[in-house]
Amino acid sequence: MLARLLTAAALLAASPAFADALTGDVQKQATNWTAIGMFVVFIIFTMGITKWAAKRNTSTSDYYTAGGSITGFQNGLAIAGDFMSAASFLGISALVFTSGYDGLIYSIGFLVGWPVILFLMAERLRNLGKFTFSDVASYRLGQTPIRVLSAFGSLIVVAFYLIAQMVGAGKLIQLLFGLDYLVAVVMVGVLMVMYVMFGGMLATTWVQIIKAVLLLSGATFMAVMVMYNVGFDFSRLFSEAVALHPKHEAIMSPGGLVSDPISAISLGLALMFGTAGLPHILMRFFTVGDAKEARKSVFYATGFIGYFYILTFIIGFGAILLVMTNPEFKDASGAIVGGTNMVAIHLASAVGGNLFLGFISAVAFATILAVVAGLALAGASAVAHDLYACVIKQGKAKEEDEMKVTKRTTLALGVVAILLGIAFENQNIAFMVGLAFSVAASCNFPILFLSMYWKNLTTRGALIGGAMGLVTALALTILSPTVWVDVLHFEQAIFPYKYPALFAMLASFFGLWFFSITDKSKAADEERARFFPQFIRSQTGLGASGAVAH
Amino acid sequence: MNNENVYRQINADPRFQELVAKRGRFAWGLAIIMLASYFAFILVIAFDPQLLGAPLGAGSVTTWGIPAGLGLIFLSFALTGVYVQRANGEFDRITQEILKEAQK
Repeated sequence: MLARLLTAAALLAASPAFADALTGDVQKQATNWTAIGMFVVFIIFTMGITKWAAKRNTSTSDYYTAGGSITGFQNGLAIAGDFMSAASFLGISALVFTSGYDGLIYSIGFLVGWPVILFLMAERLRNLGKFTFSDVASYRLGQTPIRVLSAFGSLIVVAFYLIAQMVGAGKLIQLLFGLDYLVAVVMVGVLMVMYVMFGGMLATTWVQIIKAVLLLSGATFMAVMVMYNVGFDFSRLFSEAVALHPKHEAIMSPGGLVSDPISAISLGLALMFGTAGLPHILMRFFTVGDAKEARKSVFYATGFIGYFYILTFIIGFGAILLVMTNPEFKDASGAIVGGTNMVAIHLASAVGGNLFLGFISAVAFATILAVVAGLALAGASAVAHDLYACVIKQGKAKEEDEMKVTKRTTLALGVVAILLGIAFENQNIAFMVGLAFSVAASCNFPILFLSMYWKNLTTRGALIGGAMGLVTALALTILSPTVWVDVLHFEQAIFPYKYPALFAMLASFFGLWFFSITDKSKAADEERARFFPQFIRSQTGLGASGAVAH
Repeated sequence: MNNENVYRQINADPRFQELVAKRGRFAWGLAIIMLASYFAFILVIAFDPQLLGAPLGAGSVTTWGIPAGLGLIFLSFALTGVYVQRANGEFDRITQEILKEAQK
């Protein structure tokens, strides 16, 4: 029993709170010129695309949504690309490598939100929105307060997600290219600003699509090579892994990832509904021409993301067979060179030699760039479109001015991202992606969802409920073991669960409901009356902003 | 064109009411299938992990967890496919008819 407890404790310590954040110690590796060479090719190519996109960016609609010109298939790839971050590729394959089945449980959580988004939200979002999800949330509610709150929600999500990605990028580049952390973080920041500032959504989307194709091809090759090694026989793959792995049969069943029902449900809610509140993901629904294409994008995205997680599962098991047994990938003490996050990279070298290793390293870096570019664009649009154009200028901003503000915000975000990346280098950032998902699930999502589905939602309800969700998510994260114990080093966490989403979502929905039904103001009646036209438009797409022709 | 009138006209169209009801039932039905399967999976992991750790057959290393997990991934994909098929076909066709009529 004690041994089992210890294993569970070790597993909890080893598995990141959210595999989307690259955590743990890394050691700088020797400079890898093949990888750097391939990465330079990627940069030159994507800069070419940015230049092409820059010429087409003449209006705010081009800039934020690529003029609605992206097809469902392309958008599906881009959405999948947003989810297939470097940290999720390396993190989930590392989780499978260390604890087997738990890696699959984890990745499923990231996937299952998508069908629900499709059934309940995608087409309504497309029919109602223009540039950002705040357009939808504030459609019939008080513009100023709702936009301020949802822009604030967006910026918090973007900030935490961005910090996690920047720190991950710095560490990854030390590992893959043997470059300094500082060099890496500055480089990511500068490239991110260039893609977004000049290329807008069009370039950001294409960078994401190219990276998604590269990553899917690379991962497919690795998985096929792993299966080739076991004669394309899954039971042989599993039985050999069980024989080699120190935990033996335990890697084939659920371990310590989710231990009690409350944490399990809370994590499930955060993953599922957090996805439906991430501003950089929601923004992608406005880049397609109509609801038809929006639906198709989710279909393709679900397919690609699911396929990718199956690949990482095979890759993780393949690493048990081919990396764990190979002394070349271990240091003197028997640990994996560069930490367990590196197993997918080592596997690339084991199945494809140095050239393929370089390719996968370059793709991993490209992945970070593509994801941070999407985040920066979402952050910039929250500031320029929601705060500047709609709140400060009350919707009367000139298009050139709004563009100027967007570009300046992007630049500022780049600088802030670099500074935060440097500041958080040695901090424990495991909680950050989790926090981003929790805030998205308990502030952005409830407002968005009820504004589309519940006639009686009023500005007051949305404001108080959303704020309650936001504050609960933040406060409980700070009081939870991931921050209170792991970051602040207190003895005992005040809030016992790792994931606050269950409680924060309850608080948020309660606030939204209670403060709406008790709102007897005249403005509230008008807002309820505006539900009717909103409903017709959300159902039929009548009056929706289409693929804009100039 | 007076939008308010068009909206009222659409709302009065019995086909619109039928579409809303039909699509609502379909979407919520699929969403409930998805939510129920996922939370059933999560709750089994929380309450009785051994259930998924049981081998598929005597002497097999592969556990029930593998088909359950992969099954959820395929289910997600299949359900989105089913929805898109019907929404982009039948539902969109009805929507177009309603819109055409209303905007005459």
